[in-house]
Amino acid sequence: MTINFKEALGMHADALQLRAERTRVLAANIANESTPGYTARDVDFGAMLQDRIDAEQGDLTLSADEPLYRVPYHPSADGNTVEIGVEQAAFSQNASDFQTSLTFVNMKLRGLAKAINGQ
Amino acid sequence: MGFKDISLIAGSAMAAQTVRLNTIASNLANADTVAGTENDAYRARKPVFAAMLDDNASARVQVLDVVKSADPLRKAYEPDNPLADANGMVFHSNVNEVAEMADMMAASRAFETNVEVLGRIKSMQLSLLKMGEG
Repeated sequence: MTINFKEALGMHADALQLRAERTRVLAANIANESTPGYTARDVDFGAMLQDRIDAEQGDLTLSADEPLYRVPYHPSADGNTVEIGVEQAAFSQNASDFQTSLTFVNMKLRGLAKAINGQ
Repeated sequence: MGFKDISLIAGSAMAAQTVRLNTIASNLANADTVAGTENDAYRARKPVFAAMLDDNASARVQVLDVVKSADPLRKAYEPDNPLADANGMVFHSNVNEVAEMADMMAASRAFETNVEVLGRIKSMQLSLLKMGEG
């Protein structure tokens, strides 16, 4: 009998991967803060995680059409929809969520280690 | 996906903002430059940013071009100036110093934001390396 790590770690490994993907999308928004006509994007994290769980196995990377477009609070004259405060808040929150998912994975791994050692 | 992509995105933004700061420095340095003809006069430089979209929904920044401002030059009557033309006129640059200063603050803030992004990425990567250690 072998340990299936994928099953043992549950959804947290998927969540961790998606958090990292979201970091990239948000970093692109922040990078294009002053690019005229750039449209800010973000992912619907809950829906995406649900998709990955339902599909069970599958590609964890984002496809080009998966991130949605952000609706700005105040449209700007140059067509750029990046609102830096919103993006910074989302980026910061996402980084914390990444740490949270990582902590959950670590807890799962500690549990496995305990089971293996029989303590 | 990879953290390398994110570093490249933040890096491209930092490079673009550096070009922007370069043009601002050049504009401010030449704010008082005069010339004898309209063609020789210094015109404010502005970078043109564009998003470089890739196939998985992220975008780097590239500087497409650096264009010269088409704002009118300031013409002044200074017959003593060695650069003055036959009518005693010189052409001052069309640099708007106040706008350049505001632009400089925006550019350096944008640069710092991307440095912060890099810092966060680094700490995320480091904690990922410690996964399973306890």
